[in-house]
Amino acid sequence: MNASLNEETLDTFPKLLLSHARLRPDHDAIREKDLGIWQSWTWSQAESEVRALACGLASLGLKRGDKLAIIGDNRPRLYWGMTAAQTLGAIPVPLYQDSVAEEMSYVLDNADVKIALVQNQEQVDKILELKERCPKIEHIIFDEIRGLRDYDHAFLHNFEDVQQKGRELEQNDPDFYQQQVDSTNGEDIAIMLYTSGTTGNPKGVVLTNDNCIITARNGIIREGLTDKEEVLAYLPMAWVGDNLFSYAQSYVAGFCVSCPESASTIANDLREIGPTYYFAPPRVYENMLTQVMIRMEDAAKIKRHVFHFFMKHASKVGVKILNGESVSLKDSLIYKLGNIFVYGPLKDVLGLSRTKLAYTAGEAIGPEIFDFYRSLGINIKQLYGQTECMVFICSQPDGEVYADTVGTPSPDVEIKINDDGEILYRSPGVFHSYYKNPESTASTKTEDGWVYTGDAGYIDDKNGHLKIIDRANDVGKLKDGTMFAPKYIENKLKFFSYIQEAVLYGNGRDYSTAFINIDLDAVGNWAERNNLAYSGYIDLAGLPEVYQLLKECIDKVNVDLSQDSRLGNSQIRRFLILHKELDADDGELTRTRKVRRNFVAERYETLINALYSDAEECHVNTQVTFEDGRTGMLEADIRLCNAECYPLSSSPQEDAA
Amino acid sequence: MSARQFGDTILEVNNISLSFGVMKVLDNISFDIKKGEIRSIIGPNGAGKSSMLNVINGFYHPQEGTITFKGETRKAMAPHVAASHGIARTFQNIALFKGMSTLDNIMTGRNLKMKTNIFWQALHLGPARKEELENREAAERIIDFLDIQAIRKKPVGKLPYGLQKRVELGRALAAEPELLLLDEPMAGMNSEEKEDMSRFIIDVNDEFGTTIALIEHDMGVVMDLSDRVVVLDYGKQLADGFPEEVRANQKVIDAYLGVPHE
Repeated sequence: MNASLNEETLDTFPKLLLSHARLRPDHDAIREKDLGIWQSWTWSQAESEVRALACGLASLGLKRGDKLAIIGDNRPRLYWGMTAAQTLGAIPVPLYQDSVAEEMSYVLDNADVKIALVQNQEQVDKILELKERCPKIEHIIFDEIRGLRDYDHAFLHNFEDVQQKGRELEQNDPDFYQQQVDSTNGEDIAIMLYTSGTTGNPKGVVLTNDNCIITARNGIIREGLTDKEEVLAYLPMAWVGDNLFSYAQSYVAGFCVSCPESASTIANDLREIGPTYYFAPPRVYENMLTQVMIRMEDAAKIKRHVFHFFMKHASKVGVKILNGESVSLKDSLIYKLGNIFVYGPLKDVLGLSRTKLAYTAGEAIGPEIFDFYRSLGINIKQLYGQTECMVFICSQPDGEVYADTVGTPSPDVEIKINDDGEILYRSPGVFHSYYKNPESTASTKTEDGWVYTGDAGYIDDKNGHLKIIDRANDVGKLKDGTMFAPKYIENKLKFFSYIQEAVLYGNGRDYSTAFINIDLDAVGNWAERNNLAYSGYIDLAGLPEVYQLLKECIDKVNVDLSQDSRLGNSQIRRFLILHKELDADDGELTRTRKVRRNFVAERYETLINALYSDAEECHVNTQVTFEDGRTGMLEADIRLCNAECYPLSSSPQEDAA
Repeated sequence: MSARQFGDTILEVNNISLSFGVMKVLDNISFDIKKGEIRSIIGPNGAGKSSMLNVINGFYHPQEGTITFKGETRKAMAPHVAASHGIARTFQNIALFKGMSTLDNIMTGRNLKMKTNIFWQALHLGPARKEELENREAAERIIDFLDIQAIRKKPVGKLPYGLQKRVELGRALAAEPELLLLDEPMAGMNSEEKEDMSRFIIDVNDEFGTTIALIEHDMGVVMDLSDRVVVLDYGKQLADGFPEEVRANQKVIDAYLGVPHE
């Protein structure tokens, strides 16, 4: 076939759409559940919707280089809005639909949005509120008319009316659409995505058609995706992942994307669609697992036994079977039986029974969660990516999936680690620039196209996979020069259910030490099972048996670290269990429950000093804030405990590193 | 707030008096409801609000007075006449079928719209099948409207109170009423649920042009929602007018805040 020819000429989304409308006109392109029924649009129907909309937008004055804001839940019409804008050479700018008006105003203004395509009244109201401050917005187009009948602003348009205008324009100028499509090319800017920006204002990442399409195509080739895939578009449209999985890859491969009925019905819609290709952040997988476990605890005894029997078996052989390794005939037969009684029905409940490929990314995923899904036969893999390169930097190849790596570089991606341990990459997906922010562009992207990720990591010698350890800013060094990556170790600790929170210290010190917060439920439950009496949190946290329990957890982490030539010296030498939970009310955590390391360090300076001395006990006096805002003092004697450290398991590469 | 313009009177009550034995529950009440407006009946506990609604609905028959509905004057309404002529209502204490799903509860509201007989319905054949599809679509539109897709198939008894209230509104809407009577739709709700419910009431009025008679004792809510307000106290009509007039009326203030007896 002339696939290569196709790839060269089909270098923009409008061209891809046209080609699908010709090649697979009756193949479903997009679906939406409306009035309880899945409504589908084929590629040829989608094309005529986009055609009318593109012409309509043109008649409202949207031109090459203008920006079209897109705000709302995942809806076919909003996705069409993206293609329609791209047809005209205009640039779609999807925004997070749940941002408040205040947050939107920055992006709308910064992006020079001319027309906003929004889902409903809620979004229209937000923009009307901002209209004064964002005078550049000329028109608002809405999808759902509900509640908007009485709004009589001349700049407010119903989606269908805009399409009608487009059809009229087409009657007068039948070649207009085709001309527009033909005039698009790969270097045109396809989209602007604002990064959420943990520091300062969000930045608009400008991506070209080439960035999006080549990256999407590489991902498809690597995983062998076809036009038969089913995908549920449920992640925010403003997020780069949705743009890749539900838009770019669908347009390249020609598979169908389904939009859920509403945010609250996703679990149900997932089950009905049964996606073959699925992405979710680790938290979603974690929640699904917790739900299953809770429901199993409430199930009848016999069901529970069957469940646990087969799950135990799955954890023994499931991963091997998925990796294509050979297992004994008996094990394979029991696994097949388990598939009938437990794994199959369970996957169906989770909506993952057809899933060929499930990705996760964004943060560390607990190994037991990861293995749970893999042992069920769900091919879940980790990937590593950024908005700045249209997601893909690394992903795990089949048969080489580990809980603690993010895989090997995706096709056409080069990575390197600089002297500070920061990861850099270069790929066809590397963004054009940050919108109206040349300083940031220059400081992130080098002249020859390398991009700083801001993450520290290294290539694992054993398998050539990239391992992410921490944000580069947080990584420090012990006195002897060993790399010290607090978050990497804290994550390892937090995978134990007994540990709710951990804070590591060691930058510029001789060795690393840890503050531990116990998980009251898990440790309390453990104490009850072991007939230990305690009167409350402080009491429980101070029990010698609890110290012993946590010492075992920490020892395991140390064993783990000793396998690693780079981080082996940062094994935890001493630790203590804090007498109170770290709390956002006391300023120890952010509102999103991230530890404010420096604040905690200042507050508990005496404890840290004690950890770096030989003391076995330390007296502290802490001010605490109660829920009603009153403050009080909390006094406690905290025990300090030594942990076992292990000699590094020598590996030949050690010297080289 | 500028008053909205409304068309003809859809319902008019004249000199209604209702007694239970010696208890005079309603004493010479007269007011009208215009097509398309949101009309509130307010008053302290025991003022006769629910009784007034029951009179309009035909559940109580007043001893005196007349009710004119869509140009037809009657001594009293009958519930089935009210229902078949386009009056639907919700109840102060939810009256749903607890064991049935949200969807089925809303479908019961379509009952009067079904024309086929029980024979066809039982067999689910021919005209009944077509009719079922049409009615299901209407029910789904309401589910979509009230944003309750996620509980479509959940038994109503298991839902939280605020959602049950919403389902009840859905069932009333299923009858496609011209006049919708809401008996304390916001009772027992937290402020967020109240806000949601207010939104839905405004949307119903806006989207379907349904005339709404609303009983409520939360003054704040009523004043924001209503076009006109009637105030009752101990069965007597204290005031009738635009919210701002009513709010300024000394008698109303006294009734709500209480006055020392001379």
